[in-house]
Amino acid sequence: MEFTITTPLTEYDLEQLHIGDSVFINGVIYTARDAAHKRLVVLIEEDKDLPFDLQGQIIYYVGPAPAKPGQVIGSAGPTTSGRMDVYSPALMDKGLKGMIGKGNRSQAVIEAMKSYKCVYFGATGGVGALLARAIKKVRIIAYEDLGPEAIYQLWVKNFPVIVVNDIYGNDLYKEGVKKYQKIGML
Amino acid sequence: MRQIQYSEVIDVVAQLCQETNFFLPEDVLNSLSKAQSEEKSPLGRTVLAQILENARIAAEEKVPICQDCGAAIVFLELGEELELTDGNLNLYAAIEEGVRKGYKEGYLRKSICHPFTRKNTGDNTPAMIYTDIVPGNKLKIRFCPKGGGSENMSAIKMLSPSEGIEGVKKFVIETVKSAGSNPCPPIVVGMGIGGTFERVALLAKKALLRSVGSQNTDSELAVLEDELLKEINCLGIGPAGLGGSTTALSVHIEMLPCHIASLPVAININCHAARHKEVMI
Ligand code: SF4
Repeated sequence: MEFTITTPLTEYDLEQLHIGDSVFINGVIYTARDAAHKRLVVLIEEDKDLPFDLQGQIIYYVGPAPAKPGQVIGSAGPTTSGRMDVYSPALMDKGLKGMIGKGNRSQAVIEAMKSYKCVYFGATGGVGALLARAIKKVRIIAYEDLGPEAIYQLWVKNFPVIVVNDIYGNDLYKEGVKKYQKIGML
Repeated sequence: MRQIQYSEVIDVVAQLCQETNFFLPEDVLNSLSKAQSEEKSPLGRTVLAQILENARIAAEEKVPICQDCGAAIVFLELGEELELTDGNLNLYAAIEEGVRKGYKEGYLRKSICHPFTRKNTGDNTPAMIYTDIVPGNKLKIRFCPKGGGSENMSAIKMLSPSEGIEGVKKFVIETVKSAGSNPCPPIVVGMGIGGTFERVALLAKKALLRSVGSQNTDSELAVLEDELLKEINCLGIGPAGLGGSTTALSVHIEMLPCHIASLPVAININCHAARHKEVMI
């Protein structure tokens, strides 16, 4: 199926998404990689305010290339999500509803997605020039000292992703592979 | 003795940094197009179409194919009858300077940092430079920006000689399987077999510089490459790991004799952004 969704996400948005669906995201999304995640989780542990409200939001795991003069943002494809696994459940507890990255998630994160109702979207790795075209405006909102790893607010239009883990506990990486796996000679 | 100038080396390297990051080489493009026409999964075909469209946009706008503009890996073939002139630099310093210049002027992402503090060196140096001294009076520079996602999925193992060729096959299949979607498949698999612990890793890296889809000059290795490619594509990982019949584009093997007690094997995985280019000065 194909869907177009706008952030912040509602429970209804999440319920209709299933693994393998193509989704075009519109609205504001936030960037964060490991270093920013670590800081967010420290704030949560200390019961302090976060630099942005996570309720219904999507975090994109990306560290963009520098923008050329005249560009909104440099190439901006996903980074490996596994590095964020230890931090993600704490953010879901604060209302996070979507994550965009590449590569598989831990069982603990998949369980958390089920209980908190959060979806993991895969963006194609290594197509940063194409994905940058769907990013229309950029604003830095926290941790400027982290350079490309700072938290940015991105305004996106039809940002293309695939549902990899839905709120029903399904995993496209596992299911997709099963479907095309052939028992080889080894 | 033929003379070349340091400034020329700097400029050539700076240009290589940019060109490799903006333009996906012909061999990779051809292999991806072929994969797109043969891929069985509809989602897989969509991903391959995105990859090809991305390469077109990157080349047209002269922006990086991928935001991970890689560690700067440089293989040199330095002619014995070559002399480097002018300046206070040595050849390696000239290459580092070229990397600094290329990554800065090309708006390429600098991705090299201190292992513990994670503080970025700020200019993508140090480059990883390997040199062969060869006959002649030329300098060949082969440049390969190598992404972290696929590098992290690489592996090295000292097998017991009794494990033999079957052990080698098993190790490569297991490595690719556990890498799954992380190294941005379809991947290119560089394999080193033999040599010693440090040499086998270098062989695997060097294997990645070979033209994608080319055949090994050693006919036995060519057969093995072919067999392993088929086997890897039976894993079902597919483009972007979403399931499909194209997990790897090519398997490249470099082999050397080894110690009677050892059987070293290294698997260096490259992503579909298999950037590489060489220039002869
Ligand atoms: S593995 Fe390659 S294509 Fe994927 S993000 Fe890293 S450099 Fe880019």
